[in-house]
Amino acid sequence: MSTSVAEHETRHEALPARPKELAMHFDTLHQQYSTGKLAMWLFLGQELLFFCGLFTAYAVYRGNHQEMFHYAHYFLDWRLGGLNTVVLLTSSLTAAWSVRCAQLEQRKGLLITLALTFLCAGAFMVVKYFEYSHKLHIGAVWGSNFGVATADLPPALLEKYPGMTGQQLQLMGMGTFFAIYFCMTGLHGIHVLVGMGLYAWLFVRALRGHFNRRYYGAVDNVALYWHIVDMIWIFLFPLLYLIG
Amino acid sequence: MAGGIVEKPASGEVIHPKVHYLNASKGLKSWLVTLDHKRIAIMYLVAVSVALLLGGFWAVLLRTELLGPRDMILSNDWYNRAFTLHGAVMVFLFIIPGIPASLGNFILPMQLGAKDLALPRVNLMSWYLYVIGLVFFLAVLFLGGLDTGWTLYPPYSSGRDIQWNLILSYTAVFILGFSSILTGLNFIATMHKLRPKGMSMYHMPLFLWALYATSLIQVLATPVVGLTLGLSLVEHMFKIGIFLPQYGGDPVMYQHFFWFYSHPAVYIMVLPAMGVQSEMIATFSRKHVFGYKAIGWSSIAIAAIGFLVWGHHMFVSGQSPTAGIIFSLLTFFVAIPSAIKVFNWVATLYKGSIDFKSPMIYALSFIYLFGIGGLTGLFLASIATNVHLHDTYFIIAHFHMVMVGSVLTAFLGGVHYWWPKMTGRMYNETLGRIAAVMVFIGFNVTFMPQFVAGTRGMPRRYANYLDEFTIFHQISTIGAYILGAAVVLQAGYLLHSLFKGKKAPPNPWGAASLEWQATSPPDFHNFTEKPIVMGAYDFENWELVSEDAGYRLKREVVETGKSLSKVH
Repeated sequence: MSTSVAEHETRHEALPARPKELAMHFDTLHQQYSTGKLAMWLFLGQELLFFCGLFTAYAVYRGNHQEMFHYAHYFLDWRLGGLNTVVLLTSSLTAAWSVRCAQLEQRKGLLITLALTFLCAGAFMVVKYFEYSHKLHIGAVWGSNFGVATADLPPALLEKYPGMTGQQLQLMGMGTFFAIYFCMTGLHGIHVLVGMGLYAWLFVRALRGHFNRRYYGAVDNVALYWHIVDMIWIFLFPLLYLIG
Repeated sequence: MAGGIVEKPASGEVIHPKVHYLNASKGLKSWLVTLDHKRIAIMYLVAVSVALLLGGFWAVLLRTELLGPRDMILSNDWYNRAFTLHGAVMVFLFIIPGIPASLGNFILPMQLGAKDLALPRVNLMSWYLYVIGLVFFLAVLFLGGLDTGWTLYPPYSSGRDIQWNLILSYTAVFILGFSSILTGLNFIATMHKLRPKGMSMYHMPLFLWALYATSLIQVLATPVVGLTLGLSLVEHMFKIGIFLPQYGGDPVMYQHFFWFYSHPAVYIMVLPAMGVQSEMIATFSRKHVFGYKAIGWSSIAIAAIGFLVWGHHMFVSGQSPTAGIIFSLLTFFVAIPSAIKVFNWVATLYKGSIDFKSPMIYALSFIYLFGIGGLTGLFLASIATNVHLHDTYFIIAHFHMVMVGSVLTAFLGGVHYWWPKMTGRMYNETLGRIAAVMVFIGFNVTFMPQFVAGTRGMPRRYANYLDEFTIFHQISTIGAYILGAAVVLQAGYLLHSLFKGKKAPPNPWGAASLEWQATSPPDFHNFTEKPIVMGAYDFENWELVSEDAGYRLKREVVETGKSLSKVH
């Protein structure tokens, strides 16, 4: 890849029987693996803090505008949210399974579980796409752009509160809810897309036979990342969809 | 036999390495794709120096404008841009990455006796992210500048029509934040996983304790500002109504989020400076540092308490009085670990054999300037005084005493201290001392009058002022010129030393941490042989050969591979 990598490589030859996966500045594969894992946990720590800001914004606005959040839940379909929750939980299972397959050098199992995780992530994004496009279509969007015609209001909302108009909801500040909704789910969605990229990368590496029982850190670390993406959704789902 | 020093013990003659990390491979590409922490550190040093000069340029422009109470050289709009860019460039591009990413990057693995940081590719990536941030800020300059103040508060910032300079600024800070996070997690992983056998956490040099505490803040606080500026970017482009009141948002929430990072960021700046300080004070007192554990743990305490005090930036922002009182109380607590450090440095000096080399002059000015910066912080922590002094020059002087007086001083001291190790050359000691004294005088002349002007009501961020403040501003400007001249002088003799300087011995100062067992400049793999692991302040293991040949390990240490110290 680069001259300096080449230098690292040439220096290896002088040393006795180093595994080819072992970087020059580590003594053992285990040291290398545990370093990568520690770094990943630290990265997950920063991910949590990254989302914390949005959760705080959610808490503040929900505390200040409880009625707005109540009305808002009619716009979100808990069945679609629930479906996505199931899809993501399944992908977490396959992600964890892929780590086990890598440890046991089950090549076929590894490829299948990696592919399944990727597909589940894709399915999540497809559902998300339908949810988003419906909201954009009826005008249930952020800030002062919020403008849903009364005819487009969710039937359940009109049933419970007959006479409610889109105008009233707009004045109530529904735009702020959708600002938070789109920021939170959007940021989460970006993480899902990154996860898909990572799983595609792992799949290619697994296909080339890069992993073995002593060298599987990448599969392990991406799975850790994937679990936190899942976990954030586990909080988003009730906070956004089930608040009625 | 162990011992990484390349010298002949009998004659004391120093052998300078022919092949070292600087010439192990050649060509621009060998630098741009290097994974060597030392080269990345040098590239960081160059980049942050560019940022320092850029930020300094704006500072000199500002001070020149303030020579007289009416417009001098800048229009009011350009004055706003000048102070915004001065602040933003200095904070985000110089002080935050300055010491950890340049000096820390170079020294941290070496003080552990390791070959590299834990994640060399991540390290290179963090440098590239930094450079992208730097380029974005330069682009902002050509897109008409930025006039929101470095804090980018809405509605000054996001509540406008879409502007490229704002989009670039938000993106730049976001990217720089990511760079900082990656450096932080790399450092923590390295300190946990690459420490050699026989070196517990309590054997690490205090510089590493300081970097550890810094890294904790980098990893845990920076994502919050990343999110905040990410949201501001979305807000600016789509008017989503998170922070902008006209769309239903809350600008005070921006301030909470911003300071949740930006207050701990003050400790990202000052903790590494304190680490450099501990090394310099101990080395040039030739005495084991006093209160090692107290200094080490006070770094962690500062990092921890630093997370709980952000509200003291918002006493007049419409935060509830109760919150104000709590934040005020918590702020006083930060003074305790800070004072512990100062007392321990002073105690280290006591009965030490003090050597007034240039780095030591910076170290001594640090104690003085940080003392003033820290103590004026106590005035500002109490709400009533704070409300009176809010947004005056008193605040400006206070935080410059900490951020410039302490951090820049330690940065310059650290650059001088490790210059022989990094470059293999000695700078001119006489000029070094003159520059150090000029820096000290320059700071004081610049900022002491600002304390007085502030208490008499001179508000910050004004291009014009009442005639009665003229004298304070003029003295302050003269100080800034002295400081500027000192920096130019340093740049001159440091660059000169690269070509004409005397070759540096492995250990010119008699310092005891492991990096001094390597050659100057170090080998590509840092150490040609595994260094002898010893306490970072076991100065008794080293003996002076001569002024030119520096210090060497005592023969019995080389033979037994054990430290002579009985402190641990």
